[in-house]
Amino acid sequence: MSQARLMQGNEACAEGAMAAGVNFFGGYPITPSTEIAEIMAKELPALGGTFIQMEDEIAGIAVVLGAALAGRKALTATSGPGFSLKQELIGYGCIAEIPLVIANVQRMGPATGQPTSPAQGDVMQARWGTHGDHPMIALSPWTVRESFDVAVMAVNYAERFRTPVIILLDEVVGHMREKVVLPKAEDIEIYPRRKPNCTREEGYKPYTPMADLVPNPADFGTGHHIHVTGLIHDETGFPTGSSKVTEDTIQRLHQKISRVQDEITHYDEFFMEDAEYAVLTYGGTARTAYAAVKMARQQGIKVGMVRLMTIWPFADKVIKKVAQKVKKILVPEMNYGQLVLEVERAAAGQAAVISLPKYNTEIFTPKEICTAIEELATEVVK
Amino acid sequence: MRSYEKYFRMNRLPHIWCPGCGNGIVMKSIAKAAEQLGLDQDNTVIVSGIGCSSRASGYMNFDTLHTAHGRAIPFATGIKLANPKLKVIVITGDGDCTAIGGNHFIHGARRNIDLTVILFNNNIYGMTGGQASPLTPTGKKATTAPFGSVDTAFDPCELAKAAGASYIARGTAFHAKPLVDLIAQGISNNGFSLVEAITQCPISYGRRNKMGDAAGMLKWMSENAVPLAAYEKLAEEQKGDKFPIGVLYQKTAPEYSAEYAKVIKLAQGGK
Repeated sequence: MSQARLMQGNEACAEGAMAAGVNFFGGYPITPSTEIAEIMAKELPALGGTFIQMEDEIAGIAVVLGAALAGRKALTATSGPGFSLKQELIGYGCIAEIPLVIANVQRMGPATGQPTSPAQGDVMQARWGTHGDHPMIALSPWTVRESFDVAVMAVNYAERFRTPVIILLDEVVGHMREKVVLPKAEDIEIYPRRKPNCTREEGYKPYTPMADLVPNPADFGTGHHIHVTGLIHDETGFPTGSSKVTEDTIQRLHQKISRVQDEITHYDEFFMEDAEYAVLTYGGTARTAYAAVKMARQQGIKVGMVRLMTIWPFADKVIKKVAQKVKKILVPEMNYGQLVLEVERAAAGQAAVISLPKYNTEIFTPKEICTAIEELATEVVK
Repeated sequence: MRSYEKYFRMNRLPHIWCPGCGNGIVMKSIAKAAEQLGLDQDNTVIVSGIGCSSRASGYMNFDTLHTAHGRAIPFATGIKLANPKLKVIVITGDGDCTAIGGNHFIHGARRNIDLTVILFNNNIYGMTGGQASPLTPTGKKATTAPFGSVDTAFDPCELAKAAGASYIARGTAFHAKPLVDLIAQGISNNGFSLVEAITQCPISYGRRNKMGDAAGMLKWMSENAVPLAAYEKLAEEQKGDKFPIGVLYQKTAPEYSAEYAKVIKLAQGGK
């Protein structure tokens, strides 16, 4: 595993998931994510794992939720249209607290859109696609190697917090090939499946939150006779109409993630020490932005770059700090302007936030972003 | 304590179903079938969808899963494939199974995966107050078919047969004792089994269609359900509302999780 290999983002994502213990994949073919399914179909049986191609996208997430409840670490992969179809059951995973990883290799929409051109148009869908209030973890890699690392992290977070985690790939990163050196298996930390803390006789309640606000529901087939439902339920797992339990449950689901927000907020900063301007970027676009920032630096513009790996929960504190430091923040995205709204909210007027959207099937060129940086630097700040 | 009570979560009863509902009879038949087979509660999972019948999972003393509307079969497929030693029973209704879950139903049957689907057929969406389902007979009234349904109903047994299921049976809430045996045989079959259990919904279906109260609807079942062999001897003009009950179809076919186990063996270098 330790020698250099030429591989694709999707391939690294699949390998990362397997390295983190994923031994079940269910899904439905959809470009540009299909390589993940194909790799799983080929590799999992040799590991004693299971692959199944389901009849539709909804079945693709339902089957992995079932497998996760029966003790497997499970992954599904999709793209925009399929991601939309999976939304109801992503919410099911949130409320029933089922560990699950969904890789969404974004493509251009809406609907069938412009298949299968690159886009980052599912940023808000990842956060708010399912109905009702729920927390969300979404991670977006910018390199092939990081696609591996993010997959490992996503599986671990899903297990640790018992919640769906979204890997927000885009077509650029998913299909890009790079030389990578993957970590050795023994260097990969794996979060094990949480186990019940006591027996039925000792009064085990599957949904009693532990100190970290996460419960330990038993895997099916381990003799605990638990009940799992998408209805609001109390600690026993059975539905209740209680307003108090409802309020407490919704609050706990949010707090189990918000209490660790700093820990799970991953980002990089480049050239930020003396920066007067910042480019806030993520995913495939960050590759171009990095080249653009270096070009602008050569012209003497004091511009830095902040690259978010954790998209959700949103890195409010990071943005706040950046906004206090720089005059302007440029947000290039392959969409009509989505994450820029969050940047604006978090910057809270401390820095000007400028959207640089792109939605014409083409990826950014370094020159385009560099030109936008030059404009930032020449315009007078109001 | 009655001998089958251990299969119920007695502290979760009474159930939420309306007076006169037949779902309790079908649920008890599942418990009695479990008793008949001596099902291991630690290694049996009951999976249900959404609707009146799907609330049964919460009353039964196994690992139980109350999924989303229509999705019980793919959740159950994941459980079975993740741990093939588990017996997996699906409880679903006519709307859940044949409308929103119709695609999953035919593909579960196609795979012949070892699931036993108990389809509580009350011909109506009961929980939402009596809307027409794909199993509402043509001409019958529903809140969404106030002039009588113009749709043609599915025959879920024929559908499952065409799709590849290896055990298909139909029973009724009136024929409670034979229903236990039909369910037990379904659970014993190593493959996709469908047991369609005709059950009465006097509140949202019978009342609107002048079929009488619960007793009247059960009487209708007793008069119209005919054992398969006798049904086949009826002339077309004698059939009318009559329908066959009993084991309708059985075959031997490869079971999905066993077939996948072979794939694993092959991939690991075995033969």
